[in-house]
Amino acid sequence: MSIDMSQFYQVFFEETAEHLANMENLLLTLDVHEPDHEQLNAIFRAAHSIKGSSGTFGFTDLQDVTHILENLLDKVRKGELKLREDMIDAFLDAGDVLKGMLAAHQGDGESDTDMAKAVCQRLRLLTENEAAAAPVSTPANAVPPAPTFAGTTPVPAAELQQGFHLHFVLEGDAATTEATLENLMAELAEQGDVRIVGRAASPDQPWHLQMGGVEDAELLRGMLEFVARNDSIRVTPLDEGGGLGDATDGAYGFFTDSATPGTVADEAYGFFEPVGEAAGTAASDDAYGFFEPLPETAAPAPETSPEDAYGFFEPLPEPVAATAASTAVPTVALVVEEKPAAPKDKEAGTKRPAPVAAAKPGADTSIRVGVDKVDQLINLIGELVITQAMLAQSASQIDPVEFERLHNGLIQLERNTRDLQESVMSIRMMPMSVVFSRFPRVVRDLSQKLGKQVELKTSGESTELDRGLIERITDPLTHLIRNSLDHGIEMPDERAAKGKQPVGTITLSAYHQSGNIVIEVGDDGAGLPRNKILAKAKERGLNVHDQMTDQEVYGLIFEAGFSTADQITEVSGRGVGMDVVKKNITAMGGRVEIDSLQGVGTRMTVKLPLTLAILDGMSVAVGNETYIIPLGYVIESLQVERGMIKSVSGVERLIQVRDEYLPVVTLYEIFRVPGAVTSFEEGIMIILEADGTKAALFVDAMVGQHQVVIKSLESNYRKVAGVSGATIMGDGRVALILDVSMLVSMARHTLPVAA
Amino acid sequence: MVQENKTKTADEGGFAQEYLTFTLGPEEYAIDILKVQEIRGYEPPTTIANAPAFIKGVINLRGIIVPIVDLRIKFGVGKADYTPFTVVIILSIVGRVVGIVVDGVSDVTSLRSEQIRPAPEFAATVDTRYINGLGTLGERMLIVVDIEKLMLSGEMALVDEVTQS
Repeated sequence: MSIDMSQFYQVFFEETAEHLANMENLLLTLDVHEPDHEQLNAIFRAAHSIKGSSGTFGFTDLQDVTHILENLLDKVRKGELKLREDMIDAFLDAGDVLKGMLAAHQGDGESDTDMAKAVCQRLRLLTENEAAAAPVSTPANAVPPAPTFAGTTPVPAAELQQGFHLHFVLEGDAATTEATLENLMAELAEQGDVRIVGRAASPDQPWHLQMGGVEDAELLRGMLEFVARNDSIRVTPLDEGGGLGDATDGAYGFFTDSATPGTVADEAYGFFEPVGEAAGTAASDDAYGFFEPLPETAAPAPETSPEDAYGFFEPLPEPVAATAASTAVPTVALVVEEKPAAPKDKEAGTKRPAPVAAAKPGADTSIRVGVDKVDQLINLIGELVITQAMLAQSASQIDPVEFERLHNGLIQLERNTRDLQESVMSIRMMPMSVVFSRFPRVVRDLSQKLGKQVELKTSGESTELDRGLIERITDPLTHLIRNSLDHGIEMPDERAAKGKQPVGTITLSAYHQSGNIVIEVGDDGAGLPRNKILAKAKERGLNVHDQMTDQEVYGLIFEAGFSTADQITEVSGRGVGMDVVKKNITAMGGRVEIDSLQGVGTRMTVKLPLTLAILDGMSVAVGNETYIIPLGYVIESLQVERGMIKSVSGVERLIQVRDEYLPVVTLYEIFRVPGAVTSFEEGIMIILEADGTKAALFVDAMVGQHQVVIKSLESNYRKVAGVSGATIMGDGRVALILDVSMLVSMARHTLPVAA
Repeated sequence: MVQENKTKTADEGGFAQEYLTFTLGPEEYAIDILKVQEIRGYEPPTTIANAPAFIKGVINLRGIIVPIVDLRIKFGVGKADYTPFTVVIILSIVGRVVGIVVDGVSDVTSLRSEQIRPAPEFAATVDTRYINGLGTLGERMLIVVDIEKLMLSGEMALVDEVTQS
């Protein structure tokens, strides 16, 4: 194939990630005891789509895992297996493995092959255990008597599990085959009795081994795949002779040797050969397109309709219906309703002519657009807004009576521009559900690990947030939730002793509040122990006293290395994390607050600006320049009096604000602005706090408060010390945004003694 | 570089390349026209703290923040005064947008490779490394500047050290 598949990889990655996320959500909402059939189908479809597309793109590792996953899902879906809690766990883990593989293919880390193997093994076990009553080969199925099959000996299911013939052609040349074969034999011997039936005369010739005491054809196949050419591998039950009623499974459409009727190629990606038409219609369930639903009116007696992929199957239509029922749990989905003779198939009634087609929703109402295109659009709109403002300013100087129509037009323009800006901004917005959807999993896994019972309640999933923020808020929120789970929620018996419900609740909610988005993580757990935190803080030599407000005390848990946990657990307690949470949120221009009541619960509130591109800023004047200070850092501003100014070694470098001494950062000195106010008494001091340190910034005057669009200075220039970016003011001029944490640290470094 | 450029133009069979010429005081300079994005009037930029004197600051060019370099200060020619006729040439250099302040833009000229003579080594405020050669156009002498190399050089302080190739 000469088409370069790599150009479609990105689409594949995105789609697969979506399918995985979808699958996980469905799994988490699934009721174990009464699973919704539609949901099971949807999960199956997601797995199936992943398998299909990963196969197409040649990501065999993904394909292999999904295949096993799909097998088990299929059985559950059809009611052959009862859904259990441990299956869901296995499914979720398989989802994780797939995610890892996907990330690895995208060049992000390495996939954990051991984990993948372990998960596959678990899935297989789950599939096998329950299938003990049914044969291994459930996928294949036969519906009632096939007169033409009289010649075929029915093989009891029990015998099928005993052993297999293995046909394969080894990879590599003559030189390596001996060693390869030796290894293979050793490996096979661990599984059961192995015997060489036919040796290959040359490297191209197939080997024929006989394996006894093995039940899992898939396992054998897996072992062979390492050493043999994939298309050459055939695993057939012992009791069937080499070619008797034999089916090539796993082969993507290869039919080798079947003169026998009733042979079926499943998962036929295109090839489908109705071998043995006299005997019956072979139907392939997964055929991509080549598959006419079976004639429903007068289906000829035997219809073999293998359901599943590569799975080993036994296409032996049993002459007696009763035997059929015992050997193979019926899986005929298509014809079952029309066939009264069909065995007790109650759950498989869903029609599923082409699952692949069904998995792709016909009407997709969204389009994928590169973020850069959207950003460009936003830039252009910003430009339009500025132009509009300039026009409005010029128009305000001309006579409104004489130029009435011009004025009306400009008012119209203003309204349209604003609407346009809002709608373009909304393109970048994503609902919070994108973030929230991953927490049920976090809570589930963690509560299991900790032995706690926790219920997660979410609200406000539809609240929208800028895409850039969505990506960055996930980690801090995960941390807060883990923290609540580990430290907040008590163990069930402890809760019961306190008269609470044994099941704890974590609430996660998001809403808009005055141009900000507020995300709350609440729990009904033990609450924060004020005294313990204070004691710990004193122990660590932090500057604390007993008169601190609750808020201030709780704020201490955001200090680096601070932990009140008596014991370090796997989950938390190392004191790493909360400080990172605070740092990340501050970096996004947000804040975290904690409310807590001992014994009742804790609520952590994260306030974020709506978008990363826009910042709430305070503009200050220094000389002829205007600078923007992100509002999140500003605590207060004040005019100093003579008495507040303290000097150190003859230089006025400190001001006393209430009981604190704050270092002064003089902006005109740092930025060398000419013509600025130099006397502290004539200007304004703005008290800033960044990274837990306070400082006073000395400026000429405060100008106002704006929402400003953040522009990068570095895209065309270089990083400037003390400046985090730039913005364009209403008059079209550029104003620099101050990097407050840097300025504050400058104050600290120039004044090491003052701290 | 001089050598390199000569062979390149020679390979092209002596085809003429187009240059934008501008004046700095009494001197005439020429830069590759393909590096020029647009020409606009001077507007006072927002100054940047602690930047070299020839970096006037940044302006808003349709939503993009663009640094402005005054070549007259950098090259030490002419008087750095700003009149309504002062011109800014906006350059697009390997994905970066930079503006240069010049006294005036003259015209666009074609120069064939044989019209460009290698510049002799001489002491000047501009390093001869950034001069491709001297173009002759009748009586006029054009200083052909490798503007891309100049703008990306460390002495212009326009780019972070790390981003320099």
